[in-house]
Amino acid sequence: MRMNRRSFLQLTALAGGGLALELYRSPLAAAQGPGAPPELTPQAFIHIATDGVVTIMARASESGQGMRNMLPMLIAEELDVDWKDVRVVQAELNEKVYGRQFSGGSANTPQGWEPMRRVGAAGRQLLIAAAAQSWGAPAEECTTQSGRVLHAASGRSAGYGELAAQAAALPAPALNSVKLKDPKDYRIIGHSQPGVDTHSIVTGKPLFGIDVTVPGMLYASIEKAPVFAGKVKNANIDRIKTLPGVRHVLVIDGGITPAAFTPWEPGMEPGIAIVADTWWQAQQARKQLKVDWDLGPAVTQSTEVFKKRAAELLAAPPANTLRKYGDVDAALKSSAKVVEATYEFPFIAHVTMEPQGATAHWKDGKLEMWSTSTLPGDGRSLVAKTLGIQENDITTHMVRSGGSFGRRLQNDYLVEAAWISKQIDAPVKLLWSREDDIAHDPFRPGATVGLKGGVDAQGKLTAWRHHFVTFGDGKHATSGGGIGQDSYPAGFPPAYALYTSMQPLMLRTGALRAPGDNAYCWVAQSFLDEMAAAAGRDPLEFQLELLGNQKSPWSSGEHDAVGDHEPTGQSVLIPERFKGVLELVAEKSGWARRGKEKGRGMGIAAWFCHLGYFAEVVDLSVDAQSRITVHQVWAAGDVGSQIINPAAAESMAQGGIMEGMGHLAQEITLAGGKIEQTNFQNHPLMRMRQAPKIEVYWRKTDYAPTGLGEPTLPPILPAVTNAIFAATGKRIRTLPLKRSGFSWA
Amino acid sequence: MPIQLKVNNVAATVDVSPDTPLLWVLRDVLNLKGTKFGCGIALCGACTVLVDGRAVRSCITPVGSVAGEPITTIEGLSPDGLHPVQVAWEALDVPQCGYCQAGQIMSATALLAHTPHPTNANIDTAMSGNLCRCGTYTRIREAIHAAAEAGSAARAK
Repeated sequence: MRMNRRSFLQLTALAGGGLALELYRSPLAAAQGPGAPPELTPQAFIHIATDGVVTIMARASESGQGMRNMLPMLIAEELDVDWKDVRVVQAELNEKVYGRQFSGGSANTPQGWEPMRRVGAAGRQLLIAAAAQSWGAPAEECTTQSGRVLHAASGRSAGYGELAAQAAALPAPALNSVKLKDPKDYRIIGHSQPGVDTHSIVTGKPLFGIDVTVPGMLYASIEKAPVFAGKVKNANIDRIKTLPGVRHVLVIDGGITPAAFTPWEPGMEPGIAIVADTWWQAQQARKQLKVDWDLGPAVTQSTEVFKKRAAELLAAPPANTLRKYGDVDAALKSSAKVVEATYEFPFIAHVTMEPQGATAHWKDGKLEMWSTSTLPGDGRSLVAKTLGIQENDITTHMVRSGGSFGRRLQNDYLVEAAWISKQIDAPVKLLWSREDDIAHDPFRPGATVGLKGGVDAQGKLTAWRHHFVTFGDGKHATSGGGIGQDSYPAGFPPAYALYTSMQPLMLRTGALRAPGDNAYCWVAQSFLDEMAAAAGRDPLEFQLELLGNQKSPWSSGEHDAVGDHEPTGQSVLIPERFKGVLELVAEKSGWARRGKEKGRGMGIAAWFCHLGYFAEVVDLSVDAQSRITVHQVWAAGDVGSQIINPAAAESMAQGGIMEGMGHLAQEITLAGGKIEQTNFQNHPLMRMRQAPKIEVYWRKTDYAPTGLGEPTLPPILPAVTNAIFAATGKRIRTLPLKRSGFSWA
Repeated sequence: MPIQLKVNNVAATVDVSPDTPLLWVLRDVLNLKGTKFGCGIALCGACTVLVDGRAVRSCITPVGSVAGEPITTIEGLSPDGLHPVQVAWEALDVPQCGYCQAGQIMSATALLAHTPHPTNANIDTAMSGNLCRCGTYTRIREAIHAAAEAGSAARAK
């Protein structure tokens, strides 16, 4: 970081009064061209009013993962202020000032941990310098406490608010030169700080994307083809225009050409947008629509066809070899026992509680957008490209969303709102219905996986052969449908092979919380449990032994389908950490003392993804009708040296576990190219009566803190199905549960 | 035809078709955005409001059917956000994304009004119509128990 003479307190000192202040953008940083790494400055993030109230900018979007707390907490800690004096303000999209504004890949913790603390520490150093100068005291003798600079020798002290104007004239320190606190002195980090928006949420304040209002705003709803990217041939548009409240009816030609591989953010889907005075009127008008669709090639797709083709691919020699070492065939041949199994998991949808939508206002050739995107920079680029305008003619307000789980990494709804607003030259709010949201989700793709493993006479794993049959054009797996060459247990079995084959898919897919891992953890940890059972051994002991006997080093830094989103460093599985969480969860759950009772069982599983390690144990019962009740879950996590916001971290882990349980009962199926699921009755979420007690434990290690959005989720799926095996002797190799004869009680 | 409503103790006249769901009247006519849209067919509970003290799914409730009845939304639960259920929700920091929580709070309020000391089974029955995609059920359950305790403490005074 270079020196920057401009003061971060300048604007505040002028405005004074402790009111919320306008965002001050560093002209130096703003002048940097695209592509240049941004220089983070304290002035971009911190504003201190004369009464000592500190405003900290939250750079990342908030979808419930607690980013509006976590990143400002890092700044506040090193600035050395009391959290009660901090006001958090959401930054607008401006990556030249704030750095990457991205909420995904559990990346905000590892990517924000060092820079955000340095921003806070640089601010503190400036305030000390101001105090030292006015007191004629050496800066080294000054200390800070709760938003005050103190000089013990002279007994002087001054609040940060009093020092703001003077600090404005001083040169700011280089970020990499500032001294950071000893973690033992933390008063904010590691101490639970309630959500900055919790009070507004429980009192019903308009915080969410759906709540945005713009004067003169109209409401839009879009009817799309029942088959992906089907186009409009004809529609009774003239009649729809006469219906109550309807102002505009627009045909969207769209920009998607169905092909074997559908790229990330493929463009606008075709359809008919109805714009009305109220959303309800737009929806009512939609019911009267009669559209003659050109359904296109995707009409041939069905779950049945996918399964048939997957079976053929599984039986054929694999198309791609991702990882191979040792002689798998020879090892299997000489094994005492060989287990062969086919695992199948379905497509599922994100179903965020807030359906997709956005508000856009086109005016005089410029666009203002209210976006819930978790990748808003990409959203702006896509809008600029689609509308044929410049990115700097777009202002993006980042609005809290009612959940993302990877859904809002894609910006299809944002482009639609922007396009409609430009067409009608008026502000518009687009809202998808729940049915739209499910039918046009970028789904988590399904897969079929063939596995073969062996154990020797001593009950040790000898070989692992893994054929992952997914979707794509043969070279590129569809988004969320890839598998990393180092995906566990790669590297650990004495002989190992990981192959992939693909079939075409004309459907939008994407990242769902712990993409890839959320499904192949289930496959790998279930099959490991099978191998342990075949060897007649305790699955925990079997896995600990495997982890202690690494055969082949990690082959690359890239871990999974979102590998390029992951920060550098620590991206390899560290066996000691994987073992550590397994041992901790075993201890907490009383794994070694678990009983043997018919219809009741415990299952264990662990995973490493997004730099975090989680192990989970489930205790459940299965009744005579094969209905499952989960009594309790124990989770043990290792995300490094600090749990930044402990109460929120616990909640995040419990939520990841509830979501993973939900995945076990969900599926998206196709017939005649159409998505068959429509709403929560056939794409269910877990409900209160199904929620078990969930205990969360942390194993703190010396590694830098990493994120919690994703790694909590994957182990719960196999922990449940392994527990079902323990309770019933029935191995679940096909999801959702109902396809294996089980359901939630 | 104008419809007379009584929302959060305030009389309002709305000129909408009587079959318009109460949800959209609250949100887009009366500008009370706290009540949320989640599914449109009473499967998720995000739109829950109180009508004469009962928890009702406003997304399938025609506005004409509740004319004149006392309607309470999250905005009207208390003047200052200090209803015991809100206080408990805040103390336990229940929300993650927060989108479903207005509905959860309204359902919990209706539960506690007729069952001041709910068991876990009572909570399961009363709250299983309210989905939380983030999975905050553990905290919701704790918060309902905390609100119940606070309620009995308040009555004992």
